[in-house]
Amino acid sequence: MSSTGAHSFVSIAQASKEQIEELLKRSAYFEQHPNSELLKGRVVATLFFEPSTRTRLSFETAVNRLGGRVIGFSDASTSSTSKGETLNDTIRMVANYADLIVMRHYLEGAAQWASEVSSVPVVNAGDGANQHPSQTMLDLYSILKTQGRLEDLTITMVGDLKYGRTVHSLLQAMKHFRPRFRFVASHELAMPEEYLRFCRENGIEYEEHLEFSPEVIAESDIIYMTRVQRERFADPLEYEKVKDLYTLRKSMLEGAKPNLKILHPLPRVNEIDRDVDECPEAYYFEQARNGLFARQAIITDALGIELPEQ
Amino acid sequence: MNTDKKELAVAALRDGTVIDHIPSAALFNAVRFLDLEKLPKAVTIGYNLASKKLGRKGIIKVADTFFDDAVLNRIAIVAPNAVVNTIRDFEVVDKKRVQLPDSLIDIVRCNNPKCITNNEPMRTRFDVVERGDDTHDVKLRCHYCNHTVDGLDAHFK
Repeated sequence: MSSTGAHSFVSIAQASKEQIEELLKRSAYFEQHPNSELLKGRVVATLFFEPSTRTRLSFETAVNRLGGRVIGFSDASTSSTSKGETLNDTIRMVANYADLIVMRHYLEGAAQWASEVSSVPVVNAGDGANQHPSQTMLDLYSILKTQGRLEDLTITMVGDLKYGRTVHSLLQAMKHFRPRFRFVASHELAMPEEYLRFCRENGIEYEEHLEFSPEVIAESDIIYMTRVQRERFADPLEYEKVKDLYTLRKSMLEGAKPNLKILHPLPRVNEIDRDVDECPEAYYFEQARNGLFARQAIITDALGIELPEQ
Repeated sequence: MNTDKKELAVAALRDGTVIDHIPSAALFNAVRFLDLEKLPKAVTIGYNLASKKLGRKGIIKVADTFFDDAVLNRIAIVAPNAVVNTIRDFEVVDKKRVQLPDSLIDIVRCNNPKCITNNEPMRTRFDVVERGDDTHDVKLRCHYCNHTVDGLDAHFK
């Protein structure tokens, strides 16, 4: 069992509005105070059963800047998983050594299972195609920071809305904040019915568009771009047909609102033209930087650490 | 002896269990849940019988056998409105609808091959997200990987 105040962070869908707001408050605190000794004397294990350099570096930087120490592995081939050890056994063993486990796994539901068998809190750093809640927290923090609020925003999601884990989690997290969604995608990569139903059940207004049109861009507060991957298409000709339809170019931003910001979970390929990078609307690199603060927030909250009075 | 022609379609029971109001499409799943193949008792299975409510329905009669509620309630996964009659000496002494629990522990196997439950020795857990009726399927969601499955398509452990 976790100690008082400490708790696992596995899924954004399970997080309450209050919990999300607490994490956002903490993120803002860590942006002001990125270096501290809040984790002094604590050990955090980063268990990456599949490699993800970007996410691992972000979590490990977060721990280091909080004054904690890191143990772990960055690839399952160097862990006992390659010898056939169950996840249950690995987690129970590591929980003896560390105060918190941050884990990434290729199997869906792995983090939930780990949180049930671990004696210390578990933070999900991605479990297959299922959940990646720290990405969602950095997305939310980026939206809050650039718009000054989360309520009543028009958010346009573009590209691969079918397989895109980040857009699904962001959609679920936004249910607390009365969003309007515009889903821009080809038929092959349209937002799945279960998420459209989620919107209807939660009274969220949405429109689906095939065309990434000036009208859609003009009403957006946030444009959330995602990568359209060739391997998602059964027919390569279909990919060739749609791959450039959902590319954002500087010229398309002419009628945009002054507060518009463009987000992308990265890595980008060609869905955002490089001429957008210098535009004031481009926010994807700062967005990645916010990941550090969001992860410092998640780690300290999971450990039940109170922040110093400001 | 009851000579009503309608009643002759299935044998009358002295003692045992009659499960009625099963949609035809769900009948053989229900048969499987009850593990009837291994039961050394008289079993009558009616399929595609006329029903005012369901159009076509299935019915299962098992002589001299009384099931645990936990076993009977599994039928609710495919037939949420099935009715269980307990018969003693030709009389219905108890009649109740199957109850679908809020979550199913270690009953259903996840259809997602990348789910942790298919790759680790552990119990499965499914939460009921839609309870279903005569025309709509029960919907279950894996507590671990969040994949959903219709009751009729669920695979059992």
